[in-house]
Amino acid sequence: MSMNVLEASGLGKRYGRTWALRECTLEIPAGRVAALVGPNGAGKTTLLNLAVGLTAPTAGAVTVLGGRPAGAPAALAGIAFVAQDTPLYRNLSAADMMHVTRNLNRRFDQPYAKARLAELGIPLSRKAGKLSGGQQAQLALTLALARRPRLLVLDEPVAMLDPVARRDFMDTVLTAAAGDGVSVVLSSHVLADLERVAGYLVLLSRGRVQVAGEVAGLLAAHRLDSLEELALGYLRENPAEVTR
Amino acid sequence: MTAPTVPARPDEDASPRPVPWRRMAWVTWRQHRFALAGVAALLGAVAVYLWLSGLQAHHDFAAAAACRPASSYACGNLLDDFNNNYGARAEAVAGLLLAVPALIGAFVGAPVIGREMETGTFRYTWTQEFGRCRWALAKLVPLAVVVTAAAGAFSVLFSWYLQPFLADGNQTPLAPTVFGLRGFAFAAWTLAAFAIGALAGMLIRRVVAAIAATLAVYAGLALAVMNFLRQHYLTPLVSRNLISPPASAWIISQWWTKGSTFIFAPWPPDIVQRQDCPDSSFGPDGPSLAGLTQCFVRHGYTRWTSYQPASRFWPFQWIEGGWLLALSVLLLAATVWQVRRRAA
Repeated sequence: MSMNVLEASGLGKRYGRTWALRECTLEIPAGRVAALVGPNGAGKTTLLNLAVGLTAPTAGAVTVLGGRPAGAPAALAGIAFVAQDTPLYRNLSAADMMHVTRNLNRRFDQPYAKARLAELGIPLSRKAGKLSGGQQAQLALTLALARRPRLLVLDEPVAMLDPVARRDFMDTVLTAAAGDGVSVVLSSHVLADLERVAGYLVLLSRGRVQVAGEVAGLLAAHRLDSLEELALGYLRENPAEVTR
Repeated sequence: MTAPTVPARPDEDASPRPVPWRRMAWVTWRQHRFALAGVAALLGAVAVYLWLSGLQAHHDFAAAAACRPASSYACGNLLDDFNNNYGARAEAVAGLLLAVPALIGAFVGAPVIGREMETGTFRYTWTQEFGRCRWALAKLVPLAVVVTAAAGAFSVLFSWYLQPFLADGNQTPLAPTVFGLRGFAFAAWTLAAFAIGALAGMLIRRVVAAIAATLAVYAGLALAVMNFLRQHYLTPLVSRNLISPPASAWIISQWWTKGSTFIFAPWPPDIVQRQDCPDSSFGPDGPSLAGLTQCFVRHGYTRWTSYQPASRFWPFQWIEGGWLLALSVLLLAATVWQVRRRAA
């Protein structure tokens, strides 16, 4: 598949007088887990919000799934997004959350969602607000995957989770990506989380794309062994970034 | 861990049909059923009170009205008793009811979108296939219709409750305390309060602050309309000298002229009274207004009274209902427009 799941050209977003993201030109190919890496405040969340249509760009344009304008109905139909801190209706039960998601989308795989929640041991009758952080994240991810998206966008999905929950979460993501061909774009400032999963890397800092490419290719070109060394190497070239 | 796999997708339509509107009905109901139950409980409790109290009032008033001869001391007593028993109570009820639209706006309207903004769940909802503008419409419109209809039904009951108090023609139906509770006005005020709440929630993004803002804005608007705006809906009628407006009219103002110059309002000051009409038939209850007026007219003064006749009740209802409806539609449209352009 040669389609790009995300294309940005000259993309910029300004809040007040500060550019959260600027001159971002990017093509993320389909069929990969693409990691958006960078220090806090680098513009990762801004880029993802632009890609899912929550935010409108100040400059440039962004399209998803082979040229659909971000936020357009055709784009929303194919993308599932899990925002930072996995917002759920805290007073709704897992079953109700499932019902809400099913009603808000034409496609919703109820049997998958039910089986997945059963496997995770998440009681359907429990309120989302009463679930543990890991369970909330898994519930949000399950709801997103049950929409059978072609692109799954995750913003700092594991930042608040303990190590076991992190691994479980990433396993679910990997299963969807490897087994079902879902393209994934996820952001994180914790490089260790991405080592196992990322096939494509986008390094952001100070609102600009520093480097983007296949992880394997980048590692070979720099004769490095790990994503962590690669990312740190780029960030160190800009000492101001590291201290941020 | 062996996760169940996601089944193969059907071929995707690049320009999908939208998710049907009716799907949102359940979502809106599920998320706002407690607020709606609260409205039903509030209006229901007051309705039961109005019904029971109203039955008794109607019964007692009918007894007093049927009393013959009507001018007898006993009949007058019956009417006095009726007014003593129910008058103050009806006023208190009316005063409390003026707050009902504000409460509905604050506790139903403000959280509709405000809570989503405060808790961040809008990031979930707005990225679902349904679409954020349609989502906002699918929440706001049904809720607005339901609270408006409930308020409309309630004001019919209140009108019935108020009948005995207006029946003798000595009270004006245009009085600020009761005008807004009858006809279209109560429903329209409720709708406006809901719309104010919805927009406040969207703009402020904090439920508690939005509730406070809704109450404040609503109170300011209601007071401004009661005290300044409503009397100008139609040009008031003006009566001269000894011709008094009917008792059911809403008196706007009264003033005196001599020649063509404005002299004083609403009544002549004491010093003028003493000078021009020192002994103008002061009765046992103080100066008689009719006598005083006659005396002043003899002295070349002209008394003017501007008023709105009771027959303008329905035109006023149409006017107030109409502009409140227009305002509400504007506010709701502004809310949806904010949802559309709001950056996350």
